[in-house]
Amino acid sequence: MIYKLIKPNSYYDSVTLMLITEDIKKKENIEEALVGMGTETNKEFLRELNMIDEELENTTPNDLLIVVKGENINIDEIEKEVESLLKAETKEEEGERFYSSLEGAIKGLDEANMAVISIAGEYAGLETQKALDLGLNVMLFSDNVPIETEIELKKYALEKGLLVMGPDCGTAIINGVPMAFSNVVKRGKIGIVAASGTGAQEVSSIISNLGCGISQLIGTGGRDVKKDVGGLMFLEGIKRLIEDDDTEIIVLVSKPPYPEVVKKATELLKKTNKKHVVHFVNGIVEDPTITVGYTLEDAAIKAALLCQGKSIDKNEYTYFDFLESFDFDKKVKEEAAKIKEGKYIRGLYSGGTLADETMVLLSKEIGSVYSPKPLNPDYLLENINESKEHTIVDMGEDEFTVGRPHPMIDFTMRKSRLIKEYLDKNTAIIMVDVVLGWGSHMDPAGEIAEAVKAARETSDKYRCVIANICGTYEDPQKYYEQKKKLEDVGITVFPSNASAVKFAVNVWKELGR
Amino acid sequence: MSLFKEELKIVNIGLKSFYEDLKKQGAKVVHVDWKPPLGGAKAVKLLNDFSKLNIDVDKANKEAVERIMNSQPTLIGMGIARDVVPGMKDNMILHAGPPITWERMCGPLKGAIIGGLIYEGKAKDEKEAIELVESGAIEFDPWHHHDGVGPMAGVATPSMPVFIIENKTYGIKAYCTMNEGLGKVLRYGANGPDVIDRLKWMEEVLYPVLKEAIELKGEINLKNLIAQAVQMGDECHNRNRAATSLFIREIAPAILDTSFSNEKKKAVIEFINSNDHFFLNLSMPAAKSATLAAEGIKGSTIATVMARNGTDFGIRVAGLPGKWFVGPAQDVEGLYFPGFTREDANPDIGDSTITETGGFGGFAMAGAPAIVKFVGGTVQEAIDTTLKMYEITDAENNTYKIPFLNFRGTPTGLNVKKVVEKGILPRINTGIAHKEPGIGQVGAGLTYPPMNIFIDALETFVKEYSD
Repeated sequence: MIYKLIKPNSYYDSVTLMLITEDIKKKENIEEALVGMGTETNKEFLRELNMIDEELENTTPNDLLIVVKGENINIDEIEKEVESLLKAETKEEEGERFYSSLEGAIKGLDEANMAVISIAGEYAGLETQKALDLGLNVMLFSDNVPIETEIELKKYALEKGLLVMGPDCGTAIINGVPMAFSNVVKRGKIGIVAASGTGAQEVSSIISNLGCGISQLIGTGGRDVKKDVGGLMFLEGIKRLIEDDDTEIIVLVSKPPYPEVVKKATELLKKTNKKHVVHFVNGIVEDPTITVGYTLEDAAIKAALLCQGKSIDKNEYTYFDFLESFDFDKKVKEEAAKIKEGKYIRGLYSGGTLADETMVLLSKEIGSVYSPKPLNPDYLLENINESKEHTIVDMGEDEFTVGRPHPMIDFTMRKSRLIKEYLDKNTAIIMVDVVLGWGSHMDPAGEIAEAVKAARETSDKYRCVIANICGTYEDPQKYYEQKKKLEDVGITVFPSNASAVKFAVNVWKELGR
Repeated sequence: MSLFKEELKIVNIGLKSFYEDLKKQGAKVVHVDWKPPLGGAKAVKLLNDFSKLNIDVDKANKEAVERIMNSQPTLIGMGIARDVVPGMKDNMILHAGPPITWERMCGPLKGAIIGGLIYEGKAKDEKEAIELVESGAIEFDPWHHHDGVGPMAGVATPSMPVFIIENKTYGIKAYCTMNEGLGKVLRYGANGPDVIDRLKWMEEVLYPVLKEAIELKGEINLKNLIAQAVQMGDECHNRNRAATSLFIREIAPAILDTSFSNEKKKAVIEFINSNDHFFLNLSMPAAKSATLAAEGIKGSTIATVMARNGTDFGIRVAGLPGKWFVGPAQDVEGLYFPGFTREDANPDIGDSTITETGGFGGFAMAGAPAIVKFVGGTVQEAIDTTLKMYEITDAENNTYKIPFLNFRGTPTGLNVKKVVEKGILPRINTGIAHKEPGIGQVGAGLTYPPMNIFIDALETFVKEYSD
């Protein structure tokens, strides 16, 4: 039976509602549930689940829908539960006041200079325009913003001397304030411009953990460096850092930009006396005068060395043992000896750039890997839920997140996939990222450890699980507590993605299968 | 360019967790509890087209709102509808809300019309009244087409006495009948003998006494009365207790000076005194005379009318004169008198939403803590209601002030474009009529207009001003 309830004129954001839906689904007698606004996407869901009727079809994005399928359900009780969950979400604390609009909010916050916008993409353009009109810089977390809108907004922002970081920008640290998905880094002399969110998190965290600091971390959103947008904000970011007195070293992080953007960026770097390190994941910089990082970690280490006034060998490829040392080779042998079954590496990532970097590094050492977004098109993983040979998936990709929060917030999907991979006899090694910092889950290691523990209890075969922690010692999750939780269930933990991959490759080679 | 030298001050729009995180860090941040524009994605295009219009909407709206605020509604006298209401005819009955045919009328409106025909002596009973209507001999027209307003069903017949209000600033007149009291009354669709008898008494005793008293006393400045009442806990829509008391203070000495018998004088004063809502029929035409001053201002998106007939909810917009934008009247969330439930309730009805349109009523909820039950039960919710209405209005009233908000002016000048853009509907306080004719009031509560009327109005606005 299908039970439904429509509450007109009550809007809540989709992440909140998705989390509540998950809670409701766990209740007794409930087969399926949807708590969401009357958007086209949600209606499509209901259609697929055969849970829609005419009244639901006629709802609007301003109407809250509670639709559940099951037997003997008391819809009033469900409503009460939803209400109480929502109430907690929208409750203002004593003396706190939420505003109904940007215009209202800037009256309450004198000289506001930054808007962090994370509303549905179709509306984000309008809201960004409004923020720019009011003289605010924008960090635009929303995705699904049309590219023409992005170009228009960025051009307009540049005319007004403002930044538009995004769309689809998850990481930025301005004036020492980490926003959205960013880490608590030390403040310092290294400025970063990044068209890659987790890439920026990885680089800034390692720099901070090495004792150096970040002046500014300007995110641009991945599309900025491609042909259409032409690096409008990427190049602006570089200029801003060149002009900034507090920045001495400039680090660029991105997936490979459009060649023209690379050219303009290198020209800017060559014109300034400030030092730089450039890292394009799976990309190269041909200009020999440009200092490149070979991995995210390498870029971070080189930047830190420059910051400490040390000279660097541009051609040297630095590694984690710089950070922390244990007997790498011994550990490789130990792990390999325990693996009696399976021969493939499976990577389950929440950070897109980290997944990409893993694929790049693995393919150099062990050959191509399958993925929903493979480097080599022949290795396209057709069914994203079924791994094949070596497989790396970024579970933050749209295909995995439809109707669900991002895997950095909600571990449900990644945990069940992890257990599935562990029980697959072909699996030898499982790789995961554990991203700390604001925005992320407050106990990611606990979630991963729980899944690994469950898997180890279910399976009588040992599989090597490797995690890299992307985060700083100052992050709110407490780095060392997180590390311990992982190690307690036998996960080998690394302080960078590149070092985790190196370990995986060595274990795999040691297996010799 | 100096962003890196400034202290970062953040407005978070969307995910509340980002706000929580920033707050935990001690960053300077405020949160916007964002809502999508009315109608979702369709509105995005509409608002984009709107932003490309080649007219100065802000200037036009400023003028419209200034005219509403600078208006000075004044009670100047009384008369019989047939003699003073413009366009009133002998076979005409005026009603609340947008135009509607007999077939589509709701129960309470039909009940009031039946009562009106009996009161006029045109029909003996309900059956005769319906036959008369169905013969086509009676013409129906909205009060708003005759510069007037009527609460709930809002029925006015030619013989009914009306107040004459003049907006002294602009020389505009507005009209309204006298308030009958609560419970079984014509405006809620009741039409029994006691209802008719009361109407007769109002015509034969109340009207002549009050008319003479007003003549003796001279004009009464209603703007001042409303301003004082708002500071005394009225919002002058669902609460008119202070305003009615103030009115008695103004009028009682003059009533004593009239040429009528002491018995009649006493009955009149007692009648007014026993009805907390007596002033509603003055606050409404006061608001009407003010919003009339904004009608027809080219390029303005300020609403000049919000009105319901129990079937439809209609709005009119300053820059789109003569047009109604109509959608289904909504159900009212409210409290019911003993013995009644929401099953008995008629959808939203009446012209009393002219008070919100004029800058008080539900918009001034923060100043009326005594009736917070209607808005959810707490004073904080009443305050939140008013604060929210600032988002969709253009000005803070220069005369109506709310003590609790540090004498901030009430939200004034409902802007249709802001309603669409921010996805916030105006909040309406209202009484609830029984859905069947002849029964009367069953409760009171709050509701919203249907959202399509704001989208339709804005769409028409964009179309009309695109050329």
